[in-house]
Amino acid sequence: MSDTAMEAAGLGKRFGRRGGWALHECSFRLPTGRVCAVVGPNGAGKSTLLAHAAGLLAPTEGSLTVLGSHPAAARERIAYVAQNKPLYPQLTVAQTLRLGHELNPARWDASVAERITYENGGLDPKAKVRTLSGGQRTRVALALALGKRPELLLLDEPMADLDPLARHELMGTLMAEAAQYGTTVVMSSHVVAELEGSCDYLLLIGGGQVRLAGDLDDLLAAHTLTTGPVRDLTPHTVVESRTTGRQLTALIRPQGPFSGGPDARATTPSLEELVLAHLRSPEAPALILASARTAAQESAA
Amino acid sequence: MVEYRIDRRSGVATYVQIVQQTKQALRLGMLEPGDKLPTAREVVEATAINPNTVLKAYRELEREGLVEARRGLGTFVKRSLGTAPADSPLRAELDDWAARAREAGLDQDDVAALFTAVLEKFSKGDKE
Repeated sequence: MSDTAMEAAGLGKRFGRRGGWALHECSFRLPTGRVCAVVGPNGAGKSTLLAHAAGLLAPTEGSLTVLGSHPAAARERIAYVAQNKPLYPQLTVAQTLRLGHELNPARWDASVAERITYENGGLDPKAKVRTLSGGQRTRVALALALGKRPELLLLDEPMADLDPLARHELMGTLMAEAAQYGTTVVMSSHVVAELEGSCDYLLLIGGGQVRLAGDLDDLLAAHTLTTGPVRDLTPHTVVESRTTGRQLTALIRPQGPFSGGPDARATTPSLEELVLAHLRSPEAPALILASARTAAQESAA
Repeated sequence: MVEYRIDRRSGVATYVQIVQQTKQALRLGMLEPGDKLPTAREVVEATAINPNTVLKAYRELEREGLVEARRGLGTFVKRSLGTAPADSPLRAELDDWAARAREAGLDQDDVAALFTAVLEKFSKGDKE
């Protein structure tokens, strides 16, 4: 049993010969049992990364392994919900769940799938999938994914179609499954607030590259948000800084003890502040914490 | 049984909120020695927070000697913080005081400001 849920080594993907790189030189490691947020601007490569992990895309260069093997070999232990929630429109909800059962005979857990669709969702088993709303389809797709009892659950923008109540309930169900079965969950989103509290691992992708990777609390603790009089911030790594009149606001990675001086305030950033600062400063250096480094990165470091 | 309310905008770390609310329940006598805390699964299903956060809070409570984890059974209250249960005379006096404050025309913010000021003096007394 591997303690690594996902590992990328120099992963790169180019669509067509002339296309730009959707992913380029991505290396990181995700330990098992974590709930990982994959965030980044539109077109950053989040969906491309998840599709590689699901074994639906082949890398142009480098490699990606999941649960210690090639994605195709681990397919039985992975569930993947794509952004457009592909389902068979002509099947009914009950038939769709039966499909899940027939395709995963050894793993299928009817109780969790039925709880999500019927008990909590109030869906009619005889309703055709094509008659369902976007949010209801999301519910059926998540029921299929969770019914499989995967070891690794890959969700691409899972909550986008859901109302706040359904979002909270389904996130609760996801967390409960993760708590009970140690499922590793990888979830992409560009609504950062939606992930705060639920995720304990962060992968920030920008321009096809990994910008931040590691335990969320450790990443937050590695940064300081400071406001105070304009001053020189060396030797600290400055991710973003803004000057308004005589005041300076900056997100920094302190190198050694940081004291902002008597008039400065220093706090630990929130997830949203951390992500936004990095999105606004695409040139800020990447930070990959020890737990998120591959063996090759570890020996190079 | 205790139910946790997580305020994601409070700026207080989620695991700290769980620790604080458990202690509050212990102080008010809503949790007593031998009582079982909800399982991590139950907490995260209701709150949608991360399971590791709940486990971190429970470990912290265990480190402080307030609860103990029994393998395969759950987490149980070991010791109470019950110096001021909900029905104590001190609580009743505080209720009276709150009623008088209302009569004197104080609103919630005024009361909170007064109480915080007194509480600060109180905790300074602790340190001396």
